[in-house]
Amino acid sequence: MSESDQNILAMEGIGKAFPGVQALDDVSVTLRKGEILCLVGENGAGKSTLMKILTGVDQPDSGRIIFDGKEIHPKSPQHAQSLGISTVYQEVNLCTNLTVAENILLGREPHKMGRIDWTKTNALAAETLQRLLGVDIDVTKPLSSYTVAIQQMVAIARALYIASAKVLILDEPTSSLDENETGQLFKVMRKLKSEGVGIIFITHFMGQIYEISDRITVLRNGKLVGTYETASITRVSLISKMIGRSLVEFDEMTKIKLESGKHIKSEALLQAKGFGLTGSIQPLDLDLHAGEVVGLAGLLGSGRTETASILFGVEKADSGSIFVNGKEVHEHSPLNSIKQGIALCPEDRKAAGIVDDLTVRENIVLAIQANKGWFKYLSLPEQYEIAEKYIELLSIATPSADQPVKNLSGGNQQKVILARWLATNPQVLILDEPTRGIDVGTKAEIQRLVLSLAEEGKACVFISSELEEVLRTSHRIVVLRERQKVAEFTGEVDENTIIHAIAGSEA
Amino acid sequence: MKNNMKKSFTWRNITESRLFFPLVALSLILLFDFIFIPGFFTIENREGNLHGSLIDIFRNGSTVMLLAIGMTLVIATGGVDLSVGATMAIAASVAGILMNPSALKNEVFFVTDPTYTFQPLWVVILSALLVAILCGFWNGILVAYMRIQPMVATLILMISGRGIAQLITNGLRVQITYKPYSFIGQGWIVLPFSLYLVAFVFALTWLLTRKTAIGMFIESVGTNFRSSFFSGIDEKKIKLLVYTFCGFCAGIAGLVASSNIKTSDANNIGLTTELDAILAVVIGGTAMSGGRFSLLASMVGALVMQAITQSMYAIGVPAFALQAIKAVVVILVILLYSEQVRSFVRSIGASKKGVKS
Repeated sequence: MSESDQNILAMEGIGKAFPGVQALDDVSVTLRKGEILCLVGENGAGKSTLMKILTGVDQPDSGRIIFDGKEIHPKSPQHAQSLGISTVYQEVNLCTNLTVAENILLGREPHKMGRIDWTKTNALAAETLQRLLGVDIDVTKPLSSYTVAIQQMVAIARALYIASAKVLILDEPTSSLDENETGQLFKVMRKLKSEGVGIIFITHFMGQIYEISDRITVLRNGKLVGTYETASITRVSLISKMIGRSLVEFDEMTKIKLESGKHIKSEALLQAKGFGLTGSIQPLDLDLHAGEVVGLAGLLGSGRTETASILFGVEKADSGSIFVNGKEVHEHSPLNSIKQGIALCPEDRKAAGIVDDLTVRENIVLAIQANKGWFKYLSLPEQYEIAEKYIELLSIATPSADQPVKNLSGGNQQKVILARWLATNPQVLILDEPTRGIDVGTKAEIQRLVLSLAEEGKACVFISSELEEVLRTSHRIVVLRERQKVAEFTGEVDENTIIHAIAGSEA
Repeated sequence: MKNNMKKSFTWRNITESRLFFPLVALSLILLFDFIFIPGFFTIENREGNLHGSLIDIFRNGSTVMLLAIGMTLVIATGGVDLSVGATMAIAASVAGILMNPSALKNEVFFVTDPTYTFQPLWVVILSALLVAILCGFWNGILVAYMRIQPMVATLILMISGRGIAQLITNGLRVQITYKPYSFIGQGWIVLPFSLYLVAFVFALTWLLTRKTAIGMFIESVGTNFRSSFFSGIDEKKIKLLVYTFCGFCAGIAGLVASSNIKTSDANNIGLTTELDAILAVVIGGTAMSGGRFSLLASMVGALVMQAITQSMYAIGVPAFALQAIKAVVVILVILLYSEQVRSFVRSIGASKKGVKS
């Protein structure tokens, strides 16, 4: 049997562009019958776009999909499902108030004399669960009475029953499951695998990748890094493929960085001591100095964003204390942080950054105005002056300052948020994934900007999923793993040292 | 709108203005009146005061206009206030009992002296407004600080408010005969006095929202409260403010309504007006999900609601059928807001005038 015969699915040369960003560039993935393939990559790597194309949510710009020997063009998730490609999402898309049986057979219940035959429905549902997944539960109870793991299995059962899926996509199904529940789910996955179903499993838990998968496909920045047999790749080299770079280059950025590194002041602008929040981030110490860029490195879910949140006061820390200019801060909230000269560009631009109906001008002045309060209103000419200044300074591409910010591309929206914070003239600037989902040119621009801000005497925290970027821009690097600060490196460090710190002791 | 003035008036600019669709709706209704109701546009001059059907639309619409001002701000934050009708009744009861406290002694006492009042007018008005503001403040606390869904939170006062109003008046309808109080709803200075009240509250609100940062914060909170929070905006305070202000508007509307009917009738004052006010705001183009708002467009929306009522009465539609007819007209107006219908209208304009889109 040739290799192509074993493949149930092949996506070849898939490309997809969104305004301002190439989300996927010539990506090819294959899935064999009875195989569990892990799809890994950091935020913005292109995992979700690839799956959206496979399930018909988005249409590719280029490339083709071969499924079961035939080329297919999925037009919608329903269409993909009818072809035999089913997806189970992280959040369960079922009606939790209906019974398990109803959920599995909704719309396909057996009828008797024009009415639903409930005896048969329940028996069929129970039999389906037992046969397909080996799960034995009372199907007449409402779905909500079961754990999320069971609910996910019901979702899988529904997917398999309705379409007799040959390919099953599990999109971060384990992120809300505990260890025991994950074990249950893995048992089901192995059973399906033995029956020849091809499974694409998306997760960011390293342990699970190695426990369950046969092969691993790594994406980075919309490009395919490679596909590897799980048994033949070590954790460290997998992580370096996810976040690392292949070539060490002494470029212009490094020069700028070395130059700006000479201006770092010794006294701390912001000092966190034993600062932490239960269930979010373990207590950590962190000093930020004027003129310095501190990079936070770690994998998705390692506590990078959580650290940023408690430093800015979005989440209130429940241990330790924080000092700004040597004075302890008690009422820690975003507004108070702005008053103290701390700014945060949040990770989730759409949900926590832009206010999409408001204009570019309003978005830029929002934080200064919040600091000034309700009644010290910036006059319109003042607002235009501030807005125009930053549109020019950051070269924000917009027809006018009165454009609703939702009409701008992702990179320009990001610049608008940066402008919002720069306008408050902060001492400490926390940037959480400031370059996510934006094009390469703008990325370099933002990196240079961060260094020049440090040179002006600000302290910056730079968070990114791309280690390369963190290395390029940071004078000091703090490594987080499993919601804990595990290491801190000052000066020139090589990538491998950091990757080892990120991967942890098992490496 | 300021910017639209600077740009040339293309068809697209006009159709995209917030006032366009509410004004079209109002014009259509008035056109209907012009054709089918003789004398609808006649305005008489009686002893220097202007009277006529058109003036009546404004006068009778003043309570809904007052409510719509407060409701616009609440809806712009992504909330809704169902309790404004009940708040009107509470304010009316407070005002009534302070002018004619006989109900407290459990006796229905008809004061016939038009100069008699238990408390001076300013005490009456201030107390009624203060109680209404407290009602709004209560809603604001529930929504902003207790995080109860606006519809549920304000439903509490909507249901209990009329009970509270009855408790205040001891379960009786209080007659209001005090002449100066009647002036609020029935007085005339060339135009009906209630219109000056609307103009005052409108101007106050406009200044409060557009000459301070409050308007921008309201729109920001309504569009994306998380981003607003990250930007340092205290969204709780903003919400508390708008609900409290909405209570204040309802209080004034309660004074106008009770002055109009010369009683504080806890069961009927402001009944279902909360829905008229919400519809007025929706017709004015403010999305129920919050965000951008236009006070002026809401005023036009309130006039649309009142014009429908008035026209139906004028052509002899019986009161019981009115609600059904209103519903049909409202559906038509709301249809004008659907993106499909709008782009259709735009495409007509574009093809006729040859304007590039």
